[in-house]
Amino acid sequence: MSSTYMRLELLRMLRNRRFFIFSLGFPVVLYYLIAGPNKNNDDLGGSGISAPVYYMVGLVAFGAMTAVLSAGARISAERSTGWNRQLRITPLTTRNYFRTKVLTGYAAACATIVVMYVAGATLGVRLPARNWIEMTGLILVGLVPFAAGAIAMGHLVSVDSIGPAMGGTTAVLAFLGGTWFPITGDGVFATVAKCLPSYWLVQAGHVGLGESAWGRTGWLVVVAWTVALTALAARAYRRDTGRF
Amino acid sequence: MRAVRGIDLDIAPGETVALLGPNGAGKSTTIEMLLGLTRPDAGTVSVFGLAPERAVDEGNVGAMLQTGSLIRDLSVGELVAMIASLYPEPLDVHDALELAGIASLAGRRTQKLSGGETQRARFAVAIVADPELLVLDEPTVAMDVESRRAFWSAMRAFVARDKTVLFATHYLEEADAYADRVVLMAAGTIVADGPPTEIKAMVGSRRIRATLPGADPAMLAALPGVTDVDLRGEAISLVCSDSDVALRALLDASPDVRDIEVTGAGLEEAFVQLTHEESAAAPA
Repeated sequence: MSSTYMRLELLRMLRNRRFFIFSLGFPVVLYYLIAGPNKNNDDLGGSGISAPVYYMVGLVAFGAMTAVLSAGARISAERSTGWNRQLRITPLTTRNYFRTKVLTGYAAACATIVVMYVAGATLGVRLPARNWIEMTGLILVGLVPFAAGAIAMGHLVSVDSIGPAMGGTTAVLAFLGGTWFPITGDGVFATVAKCLPSYWLVQAGHVGLGESAWGRTGWLVVVAWTVALTALAARAYRRDTGRF
Repeated sequence: MRAVRGIDLDIAPGETVALLGPNGAGKSTTIEMLLGLTRPDAGTVSVFGLAPERAVDEGNVGAMLQTGSLIRDLSVGELVAMIASLYPEPLDVHDALELAGIASLAGRRTQKLSGGETQRARFAVAIVADPELLVLDEPTVAMDVESRRAFWSAMRAFVARDKTVLFATHYLEEADAYADRVVLMAAGTIVADGPPTEIKAMVGSRRIRATLPGADPAMLAALPGVTDVDLRGEAISLVCSDSDVALRALLDASPDVRDIEVTGAGLEEAFVQLTHEESAAAPA
């Protein structure tokens, strides 16, 4: 894939004000508002980890989800303007088109992660290097189903409704995933939450508790969503373009 | 519904071909098949001996589709560079902008271009691959006269590099002025194919206008080669199936005829006549 193409796609993202507001600004501001007053809470709501760590990862999940899903918004916009048809009469393959969009979304997610880690450090989050790395790895893996979902939404949802659709999806997934408060126990709410990919993003904060942050259930849920959303994305793409 | 029915069209390298026809004639569908965006139900499409998708991948074909705007948050130069980066042997970005006549807009963001400028930026996107075949689907639709002229001069600059161009239009003047071959489509089929002059001649008529004091309509109608006579005072207007014969006969019969003017029937008349014949003949 051409590096110029990738570089310019990233440049477009950096010039987009919404990226700074929703993927970077929102999470940081909310983090200080929520975690700041609970700075000294060492075991947030029975989660086993401190409030600054919990909310750091919770808001990384929120910002990174928004960042990766925004790839879908870009696909939808390019479909509506006919730009994707223009690209189809270039040597750019569909695979590379999606790869660029997903990598751009991931780049934005990485920016969110870095900014949020720095914010976390200012509230006293200190972890061994090994834990930072493992946590980051889990978050990046946990975003894979969202990348597939972004491609599916980009082909299913019109540009007029994609903003609200993305915002709504992110809000619900963040809420049910435990961005705003830890989800504990065995109730219906917790059971539903544990079936969602966003829950496991937030759970990435549990690294370093002596056990695996995800466990078998976590991996299973993330893999299942990846498979299901990839199939949906492939179907949506075919239905949309009539290509196989 | 079938937009195109059994068309057979060969374009030789170096030709500038206008695909002319009313809305719904099948121009866009033909172009989409040529670009590999649509597959024909039956038959084959080949571009330089390759399947359309292959020809596109090799950078042999550039196109400006009928609808489409540009992506935002890039300058015109960056956008063209982005597309250029996808091709094996693209033009220099600055050269492409120069050819499109928008070198001065290289630094401007795409969302700040006027309609005509956007079309020329899209033109730069289409030619940056340095394609052998350039396809333009109604490129000047909704442009004002000034932008249209600028656009066609950009196209001529590109054609001067020994390129083949196929453009769809429903502006007859454009086909007449810029194409060396006109393919007339109606209701999904080709109804005429040839140089603009030949298309006009297919309708067969030319018109002789002149001033003739005391003209006698019956005498004029009896002249060989004349099919219709229109008389207004001293001004006569003769529609002729053979204007050469008619003119000689007119000069012999009325030596005091003056201000003689012979004009071909417009492409517009040919267009209306030929497309109507076809629509009438086509099954509903």
